Amino acid sequence: MNPLSIARWQFAITTVYHFIFVPITIGSGFLVAGLQTAWFRTHKEKYLRATKFFGKLFLINFAIGVVTGIVQEFQFGMNWSSYSRFVGDIFGAPLAMEGLLAFFLESTFLGLWIFGWDRLSKRMHLATIWLAATGTLLSAYFILAANAFMQHPVGYEVVNGRATLKNIFTVLFQNTAVSAFFHTVPAAFLSAGALFAGIAGWMLIRGRDTEVARPVLKIGLITVVIAFLVVATSGDWSARVMTKQQPMKMAAAEALYNSTSNAPFSLLTVGSLDGSRPVFSLGLPSVLSFMSTGDVNGTVEGINDLQKQYEQKYGPGNYKPNIPLAYWSFRLMIGLGALAALFSIALLWMTRRGRELPKSKWMVRVMYALPVLPLVGIAFGWIFTESARQPWVVFGLMKTADGVSPQVSGGAAMFTLVSFTVLYGILAVIEFGLFFRAIRVGTEKPIEHKENDKPLAMAY
Amino acid sequence: MSLNSFWFIIIAVLWIGYFILEGFDFGVGILLKVVAKNQPERRAILTTLGPIWDGNEVWVIVAGGATFAAFPEWYATLFSGFYLPLFLILVSLIVRGVAFEYRSKYGSMDWRNRWDNAIVVVSFIPALLWGVAFANIVRGVPLANIGTPAHIEYTGGFFNLLNPYALLGGLTTLFLFVTHGAFFLALKTEGVIRDRSNALAKKTGLVTAVLAVAFLSWTMISLTHKTLVVVGSAIVVIAWLAALGANMKAREGWAFFFSAVTTAFVVITLFSGLYPNVMPNIDAGGVGLNIFNASSTPYTLKVMTVVALVMTPLVLIYQGWTYWVFRKRINPNQIYKPEVGVLDSINL
Repeated sequence: MNPLSIARWQFAITTVYHFIFVPITIGSGFLVAGLQTAWFRTHKEKYLRATKFFGKLFLINFAIGVVTGIVQEFQFGMNWSSYSRFVGDIFGAPLAMEGLLAFFLESTFLGLWIFGWDRLSKRMHLATIWLAATGTLLSAYFILAANAFMQHPVGYEVVNGRATLKNIFTVLFQNTAVSAFFHTVPAAFLSAGALFAGIAGWMLIRGRDTEVARPVLKIGLITVVIAFLVVATSGDWSARVMTKQQPMKMAAAEALYNSTSNAPFSLLTVGSLDGSRPVFSLGLPSVLSFMSTGDVNGTVEGINDLQKQYEQKYGPGNYKPNIPLAYWSFRLMIGLGALAALFSIALLWMTRRGRELPKSKWMVRVMYALPVLPLVGIAFGWIFTESARQPWVVFGLMKTADGVSPQVSGGAAMFTLVSFTVLYGILAVIEFGLFFRAIRVGTEKPIEHKENDKPLAMAY
Repeated sequence: MSLNSFWFIIIAVLWIGYFILEGFDFGVGILLKVVAKNQPERRAILTTLGPIWDGNEVWVIVAGGATFAAFPEWYATLFSGFYLPLFLILVSLIVRGVAFEYRSKYGSMDWRNRWDNAIVVVSFIPALLWGVAFANIVRGVPLANIGTPAHIEYTGGFFNLLNPYALLGGLTTLFLFVTHGAFFLALKTEGVIRDRSNALAKKTGLVTAVLAVAFLSWTMISLTHKTLVVVGSAIVVIAWLAALGANMKAREGWAFFFSAVTTAFVVITLFSGLYPNVMPNIDAGGVGLNIFNASSTPYTLKVMTVVALVMTPLVLIYQGWTYWVFRKRINPNQIYKPEVGVLDSINL
């Protein structure tokens, strides 16, 4: 493998791995804050137990999200130095803002939350988890705005071979960033809701901590359903934005080879081996036209026509992304998210008005599947949006091949790729082990202590 | 003052914050098995870091991000050039974060010992390597033009970074952080840990003094025309003597304060030596990066200046408040059921 492919694999592995933990962190931060607020308002013990139990799971997950985030921030310089030089004037700003506004807030107030149970007033302690959760939202916004610049560069001017910033507000608030935020954050709530519901459902089936699990199951399922509606709406918006800004990506997502009006939404398309035309295609008439232009008669540009256009505009070269990857990852993203929502609706129906979940083996499997579906869906979402932008790293401005660090040897890059991957693998095993252990242990009953031998509420 | 100089100072401030804060984190991590003789003591030690280590670590992320925003050429050349040392630092930071959070999750002694060993190793590596990295930056590294005149790359490889001056710099930060960590533990604990930390700081403090004097003298000799380096070095020495003096008199707060001042002035001295360069060439006639040819445009610097001026004081206030909330000393006797992990349960 050449250094370019190694750097790309490293970026892909780190990003997809990092983003298993990030959506859970964002979503469950708010859900835990909600549970604690419920306890604060009602003084019901079940909400305190739920807060501590899901808080523990949140923290196990948070640790890996944080540490892989450091790699994310540093690998631009390490593996993509030419990219960093080219866009640094623009791209560095949201990253630095993310650190100053979001990371400090998250980490400091989470530390206060974990260790502050007996040091802060109840109200102040509740405020810390809300502030930490707010930090995760800010972080999401800045990094998505940075990514939006790669999808659709705005507010810049190329001077002496470097993209320079002309207007920070254009960069931060372009519709690509805003639509991505309203797509990604609800998706995070969806996966956290599914995780909470899956765990609570499992506890109910096993008859453990049922008084805690029952309300959490409802909260989780309702979160999934509401979040899905938002994800679908903003997804529709994102698709329109994308069709306008990156038509090749939409064409690849649909494996639409030739420009078509009344374009169908493909249910199954099989391409020829050289990737230039479809061999077999089955679809819903006009749906794609509607999705991407808002009009059933709208014309959607096809891959072959775009290729010709781009050759004229950017010079000879291959401007097609990996079409089967784009096509399938786009479908898996939508399909897995929708499946999680369908499961949740079915479960809400089954548990309506205090009905019990059936205690069957199948039900247990559903509870295992529920959290996995949206997380895999999200991973495919990122794989889609990043891989179908190729060959560009910054659309229309810089090709991925030109962004890699020229001085990093293939051997060094390979060494770090293998090391990080092995390390991520080991950490995943440990993380999942602890996660399942925490779930098996269940919620704790509050212990009473005499005032003078009060132990630390939390110690490492 | 130009915005370029201002951002040079901001970057220095971020590194000062990082080395003062995570400096003692590293020191505490390295001393984990030296100062503590049993599990409750180790847990007490780590609990002193519990609420704060993550916030401390953010300083390096922000230093990296701010360098990217303000001096993209520096960020790109440094991070791709110092590839393997940074990789080792990253791996260390990954394992450290996870080790802190996971070690107490259950009670098996093997499990805890393994994480404790990991904490010692991954605290040691960055404490040493940050010194090596900064000493190399100050000393100058092999740089060359690639393609256009604006494009400067590091051309030295890995072993070039392991020169005697840089290794001395690494040992200096290592011992400085160990002692700084011992001062922190003495300030934050009660009983045996406090006594042992105070005693240990006396020894490592002397080693630090010798290393720092050697390292700073070498720095002064190689950067002859820099008055600020001389002044900075003098302050380092005075502050360190004050820290050691306070330690002798068992004034733990002052000892920690002065070791923080020392750490700050080590960074200030190195940055003064560097200014206005950010990555000079080892070959005096060769191309190098400075605050002008490595920087972002004035507009980006202006945007970032507004953000930094608004946010940095706010961050300092709430981080400071965290230290205030957790100001109480920790006693190993307070560790509840030391043999039980957070995830241990009788009904398992």
